[in-house]
Amino acid sequence: MRKLKLLLAGTVAAMALSGATAHAERGTDGDLKILFWQAVSTMNPYLSGGTKEELSSSIVLEPLARYNETGALTPWLAAEIPTLDNGGVTQDLLSMTWKLKPDVKWSDGSAFTAEDVVFTWKYCTAPDGGCAQAAQYEGVKSVEAIDPHTVKITFEEPKPHPYSAFISAKSPIIQAAQFKDCVGAKAPGCTSANFLPLGTGPFVVKDFKPNDVVTFEANPNYRDATKPAFASITLKGGGDAASAARAVLETGEYDYAWNAQVEPEVLQTMMAAGKGRLEISFGTQVERINLNWTNPDQALGAKRSTKDAGPHPALKDPAVRRALSLAIDRDIIVEAGYGQSGKPTCNIVPAPEAVASTKNDSWCLKQDLEAANKLLDDAGWAKGGDGIRAKDGVKLSFLYSTSTNSVRQATQELVKSMWAEIGVDAELRNASASVFFGGDPASPDTFQKFYADVLMYTNNFSGTDPEKYLAEWLCDKMPGPSNGWQGQNIPRYCNPEYDKLVGELSRTADLEKRIALGKQLNDMLTEEGAHIPLVHRGDQSSFAVTLEGVKMNSWDSQIWNIADWSRKK
Amino acid sequence: MFTYTLRRLFFAIPTLLIISFVIFALLDLAPSDPTGDLPLTIPPDVREQIRASLGLDQPFLIRYLKWLQQFFINEPLNILESLTGWQFGDGERMRVLSWATRSPVVDLIVQRLPQTLWVVGLAYIFGILIAIPIGVISAYKQYSIFDQIGTFISMVGYSVPTFFTGVLLIVIFSSYLQWFPSVYDTNLRVTDFDSFVAQVRQMALPVFVLALYNASQIARFVRASMLDNLHQDYVRTARAKGVKEKTVLLVHVLRNSLIPVVTVIALGVPTVFSGAIITEQVFRVNGLGQLLIVAVQGADIPLVQTLTFIFAVLIVLFNLIADVLYGILDPRIRYD
Repeated sequence: MRKLKLLLAGTVAAMALSGATAHAERGTDGDLKILFWQAVSTMNPYLSGGTKEELSSSIVLEPLARYNETGALTPWLAAEIPTLDNGGVTQDLLSMTWKLKPDVKWSDGSAFTAEDVVFTWKYCTAPDGGCAQAAQYEGVKSVEAIDPHTVKITFEEPKPHPYSAFISAKSPIIQAAQFKDCVGAKAPGCTSANFLPLGTGPFVVKDFKPNDVVTFEANPNYRDATKPAFASITLKGGGDAASAARAVLETGEYDYAWNAQVEPEVLQTMMAAGKGRLEISFGTQVERINLNWTNPDQALGAKRSTKDAGPHPALKDPAVRRALSLAIDRDIIVEAGYGQSGKPTCNIVPAPEAVASTKNDSWCLKQDLEAANKLLDDAGWAKGGDGIRAKDGVKLSFLYSTSTNSVRQATQELVKSMWAEIGVDAELRNASASVFFGGDPASPDTFQKFYADVLMYTNNFSGTDPEKYLAEWLCDKMPGPSNGWQGQNIPRYCNPEYDKLVGELSRTADLEKRIALGKQLNDMLTEEGAHIPLVHRGDQSSFAVTLEGVKMNSWDSQIWNIADWSRKK
Repeated sequence: MFTYTLRRLFFAIPTLLIISFVIFALLDLAPSDPTGDLPLTIPPDVREQIRASLGLDQPFLIRYLKWLQQFFINEPLNILESLTGWQFGDGERMRVLSWATRSPVVDLIVQRLPQTLWVVGLAYIFGILIAIPIGVISAYKQYSIFDQIGTFISMVGYSVPTFFTGVLLIVIFSSYLQWFPSVYDTNLRVTDFDSFVAQVRQMALPVFVLALYNASQIARFVRASMLDNLHQDYVRTARAKGVKEKTVLLVHVLRNSLIPVVTVIALGVPTVFSGAIITEQVFRVNGLGQLLIVAVQGADIPLVQTLTFIFAVLIVLFNLIADVLYGILDPRIRYD
């Protein structure tokens, strides 16, 4: 908690400084032009769950607290962050009390009160509503308005890390008066409320064309009379990542294009025009190769890749798992596919810095073919005539699957050639992202099914606390027919010791101890080879050189501080 | 002719019902999921709730019948209500809702139609206007330099894909010369001369790309059809009777040659509505084609189903129109 507070104080000071110098009047900088290559479908983040809707709605809707660019919690509509120290969180960890900022107004001029906060919780937890952010309110027993500016959240069981409900762009506050007839099954029918939600943020939605373009105007009732500097925003959607980056970096038609997921050398040529710059921030995304701990053999029929299939014939050997990781040169993968927006990593929890472990960097970060070959030799895996190692009739030849994406296919090729140097063969396969991540239990190509030996994709966790994320590797979270292939323990890793530590983490409130436990769990996964972490991926967006005040943020909405943006004169 | 048309219309009903069922079944069998694009941080149980709220937990046949009811009864009633102001029942009808936007599919289509009609429709008209003279001259002066060049250009226009010509034109005219914008602005309202110029500028590139493609295709048809007719006996007779060469070509030959061409043009009209998916995507013209591709990518099944079905209706309808036109233009053909 001490660290958190220090961070908070620092960033508040920094924000005050930068805000004062940038501009002084509302609406003086004209139109801000934003390009999203995936168009926005709705302005209600509770009905979508997509990142593009989270971002666009964060221009209008605000939460009680946001993560700033360093990952520290910053009060937003709340006056302060409740902690154990300031009495906002009770000692039994069963409830927390938020004090709201006084005098905050909705864009229609009405007062923002605790009732709106309570309503937001009711809205997202109503049955049949299909609220996409329901996980943010998990474990919340009740939310009450103590007085118009005080909200009390009660939890079902002690919550050592209570910061999830009403925090970040994932769970902003919506206006009770506007959405009162839109609860539960009626939610999708309220088209005008979903497209034009009233908010407390710096801008107001003026016009919404679904999957096309959104126009915003400065909010006349915004709490800071000098902000926002821009009078309006035009948010256009559609196209592809490369042409969106070009519209900012090369032709200068737009001021900001979200997610420049483009090969580094293509971006370099666009940057030569000198019209824009790239900004990168790092969150918790890690591209990893999952190793299948169960047997995916087709002959096993319905049992394949489940607990009942038994251990994987080759990957059950710890030496093989370790050797596969040692053989990979992460620097080359980063250079070829990610450039500035990637860093080699050996952690599944790569950030925030205070939480990330460095224990395995020594052996894992650098490629060591010699050590990998020696490991396999010692374990009795001998090279056959075709150069592929085998032992007891089991060949080190793996089916390597991922989603269709040019960077991933290039990475597959690189890894295949690296593994070839230690006598391991890989057959490459890819499936369309909408199928791969689609989770259809009838499809054999989903990542949950894992009908392959190794599997590559990216995952991350929201917020800065990895507790829920680390619980994904519990034994009982393995996907299988019994749970409709819905578990999150994709590698089918199972270690009672690990389960015990996760249980301990969920009962620990002390921040230092939580960090230590988190690191220990992260290290266990890397050391035992549940997966091979490859690249810590950053978020990369393009901005016009004339745009000032941007602070890229991977912990919350990328455009969390859009009220502070201004145009260089 | 009239009874023939009626009979064809009558047969169209079962055809369309079967088409709608096949589309629905195909979409249902396809392994994509509306929650597939969501971030992995959204846990499986929440995904399950989202699917249930979309009605995906119901059996296939129920969902299909519901869609039939929404599309064939509820939506027409709604349109009728908004046109006439009458009220049928309490006005609370379940409409076909898009899964991604949670708004009525018909509203989305109405919103997108103008852009598609302007850009793709204009390109089609330009294509026809360019193609006919080129086809006529190419055929009349067969193997001349004009014919060789015309054939070369139409071969290039026909075989080079629009995603290549589109990007090429953007690189030349938007990035390098900066004459035209690379992104289409759907918010632009034509109110004065300046905004009209802006509208023309933003339509120029996509219209050019599509017009080239359409013109190449139609020019080949016109040329072939003209060549067929130029060697007919009636042409020799006309010339022997001393009819002026211009009249022979533009009245006798062209009129007869246009009969099959008109059919081809009529059959191509539904593709105007379905939009030029790729070109719309390249230039960010947010029309029907772009709507369809986004819906396919996001597994927005009600939207894909409704759009593809409307295209199916148009195709069936324009097939009929082409057949009837053929009968009207060519007195030798009689259906009754």
